[in-house]
Amino acid sequence: MIPFFPLLGAVINGVVGRQLPRQIVHWLACSTVFMSFLVSLYYATCRLPGLEEGHVLKNTVFTWLAVGNLHAEAAFLFDHLSMVMALVVSGVSFLIHVYSVGYMHGDPRYSTYFCYLNLFAGAMLMLVLGANLPIMFIGWEGVGLCSYLLIGFWFEEEEKASAGKKAFIVNRIGDFGFLVAIFSVFYFLGELDFISLRVAVEHGAADTLKAGWFDIGSFGTPMIVTVICLCFFLGATGKSAQLPLYVWLPDAMAGPTPVSALIHAATMVTAGVYMVARLNFLYVLSPAACMVVAGVGGITALYSATIAITQNDIKKVLAYSTVSQLGYMFVGVGVMAYSAGIFHLMTHAFFKALLFLGAGSVIHAMSGEMDMRKMGGLKKYMPYTYWTFLIATIAICGIPPFSGFFSKDEILWKAWAHEYRVIWALCWVGAGITAFYMFRLVFMTFHGECRADEETKQHIHESPASMTAPLVILGALSLIGGWVGVPALLGGANRIERFLEPVFEAATPVLAKFSHHSHAQEWLFVALSVGIAAAGITLAWYMYSAKPELPEKAAKAVQPLYNLSLNKYFVDEIYDATVINPIVKTSDFFLWRFFDVWIIDGTVNGMGRLFRDVLSQGLRRIQTGVVNSYAVYFLLGVLLILGYMLWPF
Amino acid sequence: MMVPLSHYLVLSGILFVLGAVGVMARRNAIVIFMCIELMLNAVNLALIAISCNLGDMGGHVFVFMVMTVAAAEAAVGLAIIVSIYRSRGTVNVDEIRLLKW
Repeated sequence: MIPFFPLLGAVINGVVGRQLPRQIVHWLACSTVFMSFLVSLYYATCRLPGLEEGHVLKNTVFTWLAVGNLHAEAAFLFDHLSMVMALVVSGVSFLIHVYSVGYMHGDPRYSTYFCYLNLFAGAMLMLVLGANLPIMFIGWEGVGLCSYLLIGFWFEEEEKASAGKKAFIVNRIGDFGFLVAIFSVFYFLGELDFISLRVAVEHGAADTLKAGWFDIGSFGTPMIVTVICLCFFLGATGKSAQLPLYVWLPDAMAGPTPVSALIHAATMVTAGVYMVARLNFLYVLSPAACMVVAGVGGITALYSATIAITQNDIKKVLAYSTVSQLGYMFVGVGVMAYSAGIFHLMTHAFFKALLFLGAGSVIHAMSGEMDMRKMGGLKKYMPYTYWTFLIATIAICGIPPFSGFFSKDEILWKAWAHEYRVIWALCWVGAGITAFYMFRLVFMTFHGECRADEETKQHIHESPASMTAPLVILGALSLIGGWVGVPALLGGANRIERFLEPVFEAATPVLAKFSHHSHAQEWLFVALSVGIAAAGITLAWYMYSAKPELPEKAAKAVQPLYNLSLNKYFVDEIYDATVINPIVKTSDFFLWRFFDVWIIDGTVNGMGRLFRDVLSQGLRRIQTGVVNSYAVYFLLGVLLILGYMLWPF
Repeated sequence: MMVPLSHYLVLSGILFVLGAVGVMARRNAIVIFMCIELMLNAVNLALIAISCNLGDMGGHVFVFMVMTVAAAEAAVGLAIIVSIYRSRGTVNVDEIRLLKW
């Protein structure tokens, strides 16, 4: 029921939105999402705790497909995991809808924008609440579509339209993996429903899955479950922008800023993490797949952090930071610390949405300027934006007691404790770099002298209340959102881990052997993470606030490295050269100029020519145009048929 | 005194052949058109006669059907002939051989 409110809003706004006055459009859009939030809250507080052991809230709307033994239902599942996701998605969506009212106030396609935004919220809720893989896939594709529509929302500009296309195409590659995985699951287990799948795995299907599938030479025979998990993970890397399919996310910043906040930071991109967490019972069967997930996550976390250091576009920095934080989440789910991954997903949704909305507020004030080199000194003009932005920055850096500390530290600690030492090191260095580039952003934007030109300077103003109110709420959430997961070490009860436990039961036996670490060790790692974050902050302060001439010198000193990072390791260029160009060339010269022109067109034209020149030479003589002779043929024909029919008499 | 069925059928046959020959031999579009009507009515006559003879109303119904279609066809056909005459100044079918390769 929850996804239907926003979908309804989308339909109304899409069909008649253009005729409606703006107030109605945004009231409709915001209230439908808020309704979803209230319903989720009702289910979370009233229905879920009263549930008996082993029961779940499942609502089958109708049977969608029933072909042979394939039985897919349009069903929704509300358990602890979907509850967290539904609350985060609908809550953050609502705040961003409200923010958009202020941000988009002058846009000519106002109702279209809210229609897309509502459609997105509906699809995302469908994704997180779907009770089986096909429903999840519908939501998955739905959010992909909305993402495409919203990135290219200002499609008048070539660059933005192609950014949308890029996102869509890169996502298709991932979706291919997802689809293959769904097919394989159905092929081997004959089930698509999450609960039935889990039951099947618990009752002996695990052995089927652990069998070898096919031989790939010297690599040996991978287990079926490994292949399936890797295919799912391919889907996740596409949607959640991990290596090697992350390239679309930075370009996706071409869309309106609230969209970047909602889709490309807070909710949609976390779908991959959610999927891995949802399918935890499959992943625990395959250590190899977990290793890949955690490895890719760790490398992405470090890699994109190093790109973020040198970017000058305020949104690009945040985009790479998102990619990096998603890497952390994948490390979390990869090392089987599922609740830590989801916990980071939640806190990240708060602080990253806040960062983007803050950036949007800055861009709004700067008349659309996104280059940080032309900002500075905005602190005194925009106090609300500044303070909330600062809170989010501290949260992402992982300084206690802000939310990011609890979740990120949890992931780092679990990575070490579950004996993924290399990945821990990657993440640890990444955390330091994160602190550095985030404070670089803050210092360049809000501190120091204002470097904008005079005209822009006059327009700098604090944003309207509809924009600052969500900032303040998200600021509060970034501050306190982490307190639901205070670890036992700090005297908390880690409530979120307890809460999510029923969903992640499958991992418990695997993890039992890792629970022998002392408190001293844990304290050491807390100190290490906070230490490196503090070091990053200090360095940023030193370079960008205390000695503003230093960054240039530093860039000169490591020129090649600096260029490498500034140009994002030339990955786009490499993809162009190795994948895109060959395809374009093949399409152009072989498929179009040869195959299409010669084979396809040739066949069609050749058939025409054959009939025209050869077969019709004799027949066309009959067509004289003399009506009487036609009548004679006609009569002869009738007589022939009559004669044939009456012959036996 | 009843006229026997064979008389009707022979009359109908003669009318039909007259019409068919007219369609094939004449050059004036209006005459051809009238010959077609003649053939239709010859068939109608045969239908009525057989229907009466067998005591079956089906034939009558069928004749009404044919007359309706013939009326519609006459309207359309005459309209075409009139417009051909207006545009080309003739209704001689030898001179309006448009649908020719």
